[in-house]
Amino acid sequence: MAYVAVKGGERAIDNAHAWLAEARRGEPATVELGLDQIAGQLGRAVDRVMAEGSLYDPELAALAIKQAQGDLIEAAFLLRAFRTTLPRFAATEPIDTASMRIRRRISAIYKDLPGGQVLGPTTDYTHRLLDFGLAAPGEKPPPAPQAEATTETMPRMADILGHEGLIEREQSEAGGPPSDLTREPLSFPAARDIRLQTLARGDEGFLLALGYATQRGYGNTHPFAGEIRMGEVTLEIVPPELGFAIEIGEITVTECQMVNQFAGSKTVPAQFTRGYGLAFGFSERKAMAMALVDRAMRAEELGEEAGAPAQDVEFVLSHCDNVEATGFVEHLKLPHYVDFQSELENLRRLRAETASTLQAEAAE
Amino acid sequence: MNGYNFAYLDEQTKRMIRRAILKAVAIPGHQVPFGAREMPLPYGWGTGGIQVTAAVIGPDDVLKVIDQGADDTTNAVSIRRFFARTAGVATTTSTKAATLIQTRHRIPETALREDQIIVYQVPIPEPLYRLEPSRAEARKMHALSEYGLMQVKLYEDVARYGQIAISYDYPVMVNDRYLTSPSPIPAFDNPKMHRMPALQLFGAGREKRIYAVPPYTEVRSLDFDDHPFRPIRAPHACGLCGATDSYLDEVVTNDRGGRLFVCSDTDHCAGRQGTAT
Repeated sequence: MAYVAVKGGERAIDNAHAWLAEARRGEPATVELGLDQIAGQLGRAVDRVMAEGSLYDPELAALAIKQAQGDLIEAAFLLRAFRTTLPRFAATEPIDTASMRIRRRISAIYKDLPGGQVLGPTTDYTHRLLDFGLAAPGEKPPPAPQAEATTETMPRMADILGHEGLIEREQSEAGGPPSDLTREPLSFPAARDIRLQTLARGDEGFLLALGYATQRGYGNTHPFAGEIRMGEVTLEIVPPELGFAIEIGEITVTECQMVNQFAGSKTVPAQFTRGYGLAFGFSERKAMAMALVDRAMRAEELGEEAGAPAQDVEFVLSHCDNVEATGFVEHLKLPHYVDFQSELENLRRLRAETASTLQAEAAE
Repeated sequence: MNGYNFAYLDEQTKRMIRRAILKAVAIPGHQVPFGAREMPLPYGWGTGGIQVTAAVIGPDDVLKVIDQGADDTTNAVSIRRFFARTAGVATTTSTKAATLIQTRHRIPETALREDQIIVYQVPIPEPLYRLEPSRAEARKMHALSEYGLMQVKLYEDVARYGQIAISYDYPVMVNDRYLTSPSPIPAFDNPKMHRMPALQLFGAGREKRIYAVPPYTEVRSLDFDDHPFRPIRAPHACGLCGATDSYLDEVVTNDRGGRLFVCSDTDHCAGRQGTAT
C-alpha cells in the first residue's frame, strides 16, 4: 500500500548505505585511492577541508575527502563532527607569522622589500591550458631549481608601514584569553576575535562572493594586498606545570594583510587601516577574501557608512558556516508533510471563503 | 559504543547543556544560548533535540522518537538507532511506555504524563525571525516584551484573509511572558502544550538555543477576542482507524485526485486498530 511506501523504515536506510559504500569505491577494477595520494596530490582540497573543518590534520582531512567522495563540504562536516569529540588540552601561544619559514611571500604595494618577493609554488602565472600530458600516468617533473635558504628576516608588511605610523596599530582586545567559538555560541555584537575565528572556518565561496561584492562597490574598502605569506609556523603551548613555552609542532598557514584607505576623522589623522585573513594550509583565495570581509565588517567601528551585506556583521557571521548552511538548506528534503498538510487545509479554507464571498456578491 | 561516552556526548558537554536546560526551565519560553556541538548527524536533522536528549537520558529511560508523528519515518529510525547504539537504552514506539520522547513536527495524540519528558527538534527558535531577521534586535524585543509587531502581523492576516493564516509554527505566549515558537508543529497541536503535565524541552542545534516549558505552564496561542485561535485539521475520519479527532496525513493514492486520510500519529492509529506492537 502506498502508505507503507512513503514511510521509510530501517531496511531502506541499510540498503541506501550499502549502495553508497559501493558507489564510493567506484569501479572495483580501478586502483583504490590511498590517503597518501589525497594528502600528497590533492593538497589544496585537504587544506580547504582542514580550514572549514577547523581541524589541522592532513591525514584525517584526506580520510574525510575519501569518505565524502570528494564532496569538500561533506568532508569538512565529517572533520568537524570528529573534532567536537576531542578534549581541549590547552590553547597555543599566538603564532608568530613574522618568523614563518616562508614558502611564498609577496607584496603588491612595494616593488621590493626586505626579504624580497618569493613567488613559491603558485599557479598565478601559469597559462590555464589543460595539460594533456598529465592524463597519462608516469608524470615525473624535473626537480625544481634550489637556492641557499636566505638568512634575511622577512618583516611583516604591517611592521614596515607601522614605523611611520601610516597604518593603524593592531588593537589588542581588552585583556583575557580570546573567546572560543567552538565552545561558546556566537552572539552579537561579536568582538573581533570571534569574528576572525568565524571567518577562518567560514565557507571559501561565500567569503569570496562577499569580498568580491565589496570590490564592486557594495561596501568598498579600497584594498591593496599589502602582503600575502604562506609557510610553516611553530606552535607552542605553556603547560601550567612547566611555566614556559614548549614547541608541539608546526602547521602551514596562509596569511593576508590587506591595506585599506581610511580618511581619518576629527581625532585620528588619515592613515591606512587593515583587514586580516588567516587560513590553514595554502589557501590564498580564502585568506584574501577573509581579509576583505574582515575589513568591511569594521565599517561601523571606523564610522563609515554601512549598509552593504559584507558590512553587516550579523549577516556575514550567521551565514558563512557551510556546515550549518548545508544542513539547514538540505534539511528541506526531510519529510514536512505534517506542516504541508496544515498549509493545504489552510489554503482550502481560504479559497472556500473567497469562493463563497464571490458567490454571495454575484447573487446580489 | 566503543570509544564514545554514554549517549555520545562527553560529560562536560552534558553538564553545560544541563545548565542551559535548568536556566530554560527557570525562565519558561526564554531562549537560552548554549555551546551546541557538531553532531554526527547534519544540522537540520535534529541536532538540538539530540543534544538535549543526550544530556537528559539515563540508562533506565525508554526512548521514543517520532518524525511527522510516525515512529517509522527514516529520520526517526535513524535517531532512535543513534541512541540505541550510543546509549544502549530501551526504545519503544508506544507513547505510553516511553519516558522520553524526541519529536519533530508533532505532539503525540495520547496525553503525556508527569513522569515523561518531550524533546522538540527546533529549526528556528526565534518566533520573530520573519518580522525581524536580526537576532540581536529580536533579543531586545523579548527583553522588553515588545511583541506588537507580531500582533500587527496577525491583524494584517485578518485584514487580508478574514482570518489568521498561520497553519504551523503558530506563535504562543508562554507563562504570559515570552513569545515562543512551538517548533513547526501544526497549529492543531498547540493546545496540547497548554498546562501539559510533562516537561517540554526544545533544542535548536544550529541556532544554538535551548528553551523549555515546565509542567503545567500556561501556553496561549496568540489570537484576538473576535478572531479566536482555530486549530486546523483535515475534515475527515482516519481511513485506517476511523478517528475523527486526530491529526491526519493526506496520502495521494493515484493521479486522478484519489486521497486517503490517515492518522499522522502511527502509535495512536495502531492502538485504535488493535494492532499495537
